Amino acid sequence: MAMPNGPQGERENYLNKEYGVGSWLLTTDHKRIALLYLMSITFFFFIGGFFALLIRLELLTPAGDLVQADTYNKLFTMHGMVMVFFFLIPSIPAVLGNFLVPMMIGAKDLAFPRINLLSWYLYIIGGVMMLHCMLTGGVDTGWTFYTPYSTAFTNTKIVEAGLAIFVAGFSSILTGLNFVVTIHRMRAPGMTWSRLPLFIWAHYATSIIQLLGTPVVAITIVLVAAERTLHLGIFDPKLGGDPLLFQHLFWFYSHPAVYIMILPSMGIVSEIIACFSRKRIFGYNFVALSSIAIAVFGFLVWAHHLFVAGISIYAAFVFSLLSYAVAVPSAVKTFNWTATLYKGSIRYDAPMLYAFGFIGLFMMGGLTGLFLSALGIDVHVTDTYFVVAHFHYIMVGGAVMGYLGGMHFWWPKISGRLYPEGWARLAALIVFIGFHLTFFPQFVLGYLGMPRRYYDYSHMPEFQVLNVLSTAGATILGVGYLLPMIYFLWSMRYGKPAPDNPWNAAGLEWKSASPPPTFNFDVEPVVTWEAYNYEELDAPHPQEAPVVR
Amino acid sequence: MSEHGTSIGFYVMIFLILLVLTGVTVSAAFINLGPLNPILALGIATTKALLVVLFFMHVKGASEKLVKLVVLSAVFFLLILLGLTLSDYATRLWS
Amino acid sequence: MSDSQTTAVQAAAHGHDPALLHHFAEPQQQRDAASLGMWWFLATEVMFFGGLFCAYLIYRLQHFNDFAAASQSLSIKLGAINTAVLIGSSLTVVLAVNAAQRAKRNLLVAYLLLTLVLGSTFLGIKAVEYTDKFKEHHVPGPTFHFVPERMEGHPEQPPIDQRHAEMFFSLYFVMTGLHALHMIVGIGIFVWLLVMAWKGRFTPSYNTPVEIGGLYWHFVDVVWIYLFPLLYLISRHR
Repeated sequence: MAMPNGPQGERENYLNKEYGVGSWLLTTDHKRIALLYLMSITFFFFIGGFFALLIRLELLTPAGDLVQADTYNKLFTMHGMVMVFFFLIPSIPAVLGNFLVPMMIGAKDLAFPRINLLSWYLYIIGGVMMLHCMLTGGVDTGWTFYTPYSTAFTNTKIVEAGLAIFVAGFSSILTGLNFVVTIHRMRAPGMTWSRLPLFIWAHYATSIIQLLGTPVVAITIVLVAAERTLHLGIFDPKLGGDPLLFQHLFWFYSHPAVYIMILPSMGIVSEIIACFSRKRIFGYNFVALSSIAIAVFGFLVWAHHLFVAGISIYAAFVFSLLSYAVAVPSAVKTFNWTATLYKGSIRYDAPMLYAFGFIGLFMMGGLTGLFLSALGIDVHVTDTYFVVAHFHYIMVGGAVMGYLGGMHFWWPKISGRLYPEGWARLAALIVFIGFHLTFFPQFVLGYLGMPRRYYDYSHMPEFQVLNVLSTAGATILGVGYLLPMIYFLWSMRYGKPAPDNPWNAAGLEWKSASPPPTFNFDVEPVVTWEAYNYEELDAPHPQEAPVVR
Repeated sequence: MSEHGTSIGFYVMIFLILLVLTGVTVSAAFINLGPLNPILALGIATTKALLVVLFFMHVKGASEKLVKLVVLSAVFFLLILLGLTLSDYATRLWS
Repeated sequence: MSDSQTTAVQAAAHGHDPALLHHFAEPQQQRDAASLGMWWFLATEVMFFGGLFCAYLIYRLQHFNDFAAASQSLSIKLGAINTAVLIGSSLTVVLAVNAAQRAKRNLLVAYLLLTLVLGSTFLGIKAVEYTDKFKEHHVPGPTFHFVPERMEGHPEQPPIDQRHAEMFFSLYFVMTGLHALHMIVGIGIFVWLLVMAWKGRFTPSYNTPVEIGGLYWHFVDVVWIYLFPLLYLISRHR
């Protein structure tokens, strides 16, 4: 089964070790599973993107002329569900995390390789259910499933969509479980907690949210499904139930879920910033612990989604205050990244451009979050495009920028090929411009009072200019997202073979071959150096510098 | 793992204590203690749960603190969920 | 950790411990990983039930009288017996783990079998309770109907809101149903353990499955330890 050498006499690696569909579908190699995830989430990303495109096209003109009102409701619902549960939540952890967590800590695989494969299959089962749900009518409640509309009124496929998300949620829990146990138990000798890359710290924090948050939304969705099918009364106001309780339980997960999306991105940015400014990250301990702090604080703020829903004003006050607290660890990270840049030897390669883009977009997304956690302003902008712009700055601007930056940074390691640098820089620029053009006008629209989830704004035609700008931006953004996919695929065949460490980066994953062998390292690594030892690497006679071929 | 030395008699003793506590909680439910009723019931339940977790699940004898940390963090986040949700319902001016 | 066996071939040649998976350096690491994995999984389960406990807490405080009246229609006798049965099964589980560590195969098989008997007894009693509730029309839905038992010496008993009683029974069925589902999964795990133990697969150096299967069983027991007073014992003194 194992061949000593691949074709053309290449050395054996995880890609050429075995061929055939079976060797992929039954693999327990974390790197192959990462690629399975990469293909699946890209598929769902383009489905979700297609819905976004239709939404933006509808809003090009004030009149509701492209789709019916019901169709529009389904479009934004399915856009949200697909993007949140089938792209953003698994994106970085399941692809880059899966590939890199074992490599960065010097392990041969994740602690539970078969559970890792199971988690991909659960994701696929959930995804197929979601596709079936879409093709047979879809859901129109918004991705939030708010009761009592979802339990008592809508005739759309709530139960099926709920089950799809339930199954995908278990996939996410199993990924988190694998990461936590792997980080605790599988570190190479010498890889102490204070030597862990910040990418690992970020994934540890993310995994804790996945483990402790996801089950709450899972049981909540079960209750909604039970209420619809078995006529149980949990959230039903007719029986004296409280729909607000649903919102509490839903947001207990779904607010921390935002940190599932953004924390891994922050981990990637820490790696990239350190590498391309050739410096140890400023304030390593603070950046590492701020990941944990974000994960913990993230669980304390959920009710800021309920400020105008009728919760107690005293509780609202407390939640508002706690929401401000999340800004502290987020600011710690941002300031430390900028401090790392100070007096660094900065190189503007494509991953670094994405990292810069991340910092800018995350700052705007985060700071507008402070507007929203202020009780008074929140009343004014709740359910307007201001909110839509805010969370897209975090979830698309932040999370996807980090994801793309990471994909470029580690693509040579993953594929063994170099991507075309010029095209990549151009794409990074297009994404950045396209993103701002899409979502900045939405801040203005929201502040002027345009509500979200309206397909027809013909009674306020003055909003059309900003909407046209937004749609134009979305088109540019779409091109920006297509470009990397095209040149990544191109590079797999025509790209120059990548050296083991093309960026001369610190980190164990770069000490392995590109692409790595099945068990990651030919010799089990022993770590004797601190993380981000760039000063040492760049010293005239580097002791630990890996050989660049 | 330290449970090799634990004797069977010890486990049976824990079992008997758990049975007695079950009896106590049932009898206490029939006595009117006002607001103390639920507090007592939950107190006994927590004692029983602690006995199971510490001695049957061997958290007491665990060689490292990590397992204790996992248990505590689960309880901590559960209390956050219950406590902060309750903080809303307990302070509403309407309803 | 000293040698550098990195390929599957070499790992297979590492023949003295067939239970050691290739990506672990030593059996202790594999045991610790499995045990920690189960503990984190149980933490997940705490939050899974936590959502239900949260709903229960809020509604019990809001509709206390109706919840108490509905609770009093549950059989305290069957509930208490089931508690004892489940605690007994926890004892047999911990003795099974002990037997596995001391390489007493026959004792291990006996305790696993006893655990299965007690677990099935629990589910049997639960089925009797469910049947009673079904006959009494206490199952939520269109046929739901609840008449509280008249208490002697309490003529001024407040009227009961049927709708809130229906919410109590909704929570009762979801919580105990989910718990019973966990019992069924646990029985599945223990049947597998029994087969493995029968074949003599467990040794003093390899008994992690018994240990972490036991952790799961104890957790399900702990959930019941809370469900019993919360659902069955609301102000029985009235």
